[in-house]
Amino acid sequence: MSTYRVLQAGPSRSFPEPSPFLSAATPHGAGIVMIGERCGEAYCSLEKRAGFAFIALELGEECLGVHTGEALATEPSNVVGFARFRLGNAQPTKLIELVRQPNTTPSALAAAKAVFEATDLVTAVCNDFPGRIVNRLIRPFYNSLLRRLDEGLASAQDLDKTLCLGLGYPQGPLALLERTGLEHHYDVTAELHAALAQEAYAPARRAQVARQRASTQPRSSP
Amino acid sequence: MNDIRTVGVVGAGTMGAGIAIVAARAGFKTRVYDSRPDALSSARRQTESFLRRSVERGKLAADKLPGILASWIDTSQLEDLGDCDIVIEAVFEDLKVKQDLFSRLNEACPAMTLFASNTSTISITEIAGGSGRPDRFVGMHFCLPAQLMKLVEMSAGLNTSEDMFRRAWAFCESLGQQPVRTQDTPGFILNYFLIPYNNDAIRLVEQGVAEAEEIDKAIKAALGYPMGPLQLLDLIGLDTQRLLCEAMYGLTYEPRAACPALVKRMIAAGRLGKKAGRGFYSYDDSKLFGA
Repeated sequence: MSTYRVLQAGPSRSFPEPSPFLSAATPHGAGIVMIGERCGEAYCSLEKRAGFAFIALELGEECLGVHTGEALATEPSNVVGFARFRLGNAQPTKLIELVRQPNTTPSALAAAKAVFEATDLVTAVCNDFPGRIVNRLIRPFYNSLLRRLDEGLASAQDLDKTLCLGLGYPQGPLALLERTGLEHHYDVTAELHAALAQEAYAPARRAQVARQRASTQPRSSP
Repeated sequence: MNDIRTVGVVGAGTMGAGIAIVAARAGFKTRVYDSRPDALSSARRQTESFLRRSVERGKLAADKLPGILASWIDTSQLEDLGDCDIVIEAVFEDLKVKQDLFSRLNEACPAMTLFASNTSTISITEIAGGSGRPDRFVGMHFCLPAQLMKLVEMSAGLNTSEDMFRRAWAFCESLGQQPVRTQDTPGFILNYFLIPYNNDAIRLVEQGVAEAEEIDKAIKAALGYPMGPLQLLDLIGLDTQRLLCEAMYGLTYEPRAACPALVKRMIAAGRLGKKAGRGFYSYDDSKLFGA
């Protein structure tokens, strides 16, 4: 397995706190993991990009191509994107969505995958599309739930109960969205709707309300 | 208070076999009808396998097994359901097939027999309309795999008598299941959300966003779901998903409910899911889930 160094540029949504993954980094590691909301800029200003086992760049909602460029690039690349999935205000999960581009080398992908998995994280590899895997898949589902709740199909509790009993979900999706901040669902779906231009991603009414309230009202003390 | 003693199950496919296990395990005399003798034999084998494994795992007392197996009686004569207090239909999703079936059952069963459909998408009111007894007709939608899942979505048609609905509800509880009352709208609750969600997962594969295994891994790790959507689709069967899509899309015209082209290609290639040994994944057996 490769060693890796961590370069941080701004607060990281994937690794907001000290973690075994960050602790396992070494100053002169063979790969580079770039974290933080400004790591795209930091990547662009790297003096040297070749010669590393991999460069893993933390992503927000954007595609990796925003940082690397993708003008018919065919030369082999050692760059992958990644994001640790977290829903709204929830703590980051174990999932690392690992983004490859058409020209990403298998060796760079394998090296990045190995270092994440070495510290008990779970990787899922995807291509460079808006929303990657999880947001791309669950946001239309959440929108649909919020819409049908508005339409009176059943109460939020009964909708959640049915989904938990029927599909073994550990927690009802509506309760989960509420707990982690429905306004974040608005933010993600608004970006996906802009990127994909599909109606299913248009933020549901309840998410719009939550975003408006979060933007205009001071947060109450716990 | 449950007054039902004998249960008829029509259709010995995956769902019918699972419902029959639930009924027999709960102590009901259970008659399983299918016009295909091979389907009955297969259901019997799978039932025995599942129950024996349940004993091995300590989920079922060994001394209960002979009684349960003795109460599980198969038949290819519809008339043999004539002594049932309730008949639960679990045949494929086709309104005319279901209406024809219930019309024949109406001739075979006495007036007190309650009819139930396990339909997952078709209106209970519409099926009941062809049954000859729409006031004694309810929706009882079990979840796959029925022998492991507790949820039953129960719905009344427009003409279902409230007394009969309560009778069916009490029976459902006596099965050890957890009923949830839903409106008689397309897909009820579960399938209304699940069919488009599963289609969305298929489209991710179709569009090259990620491979099936990666999608399932991501969903399980991110959300703690016990099964990924493509694993679930293999269990449901791609042919069944196509029928579900056709039924749902035909009723709702929601784009996400439309059958993805990949499903049609997989069906043409014989990749129907676990029962065919190959779907999004490859399998080396066709045992019932959990067996």
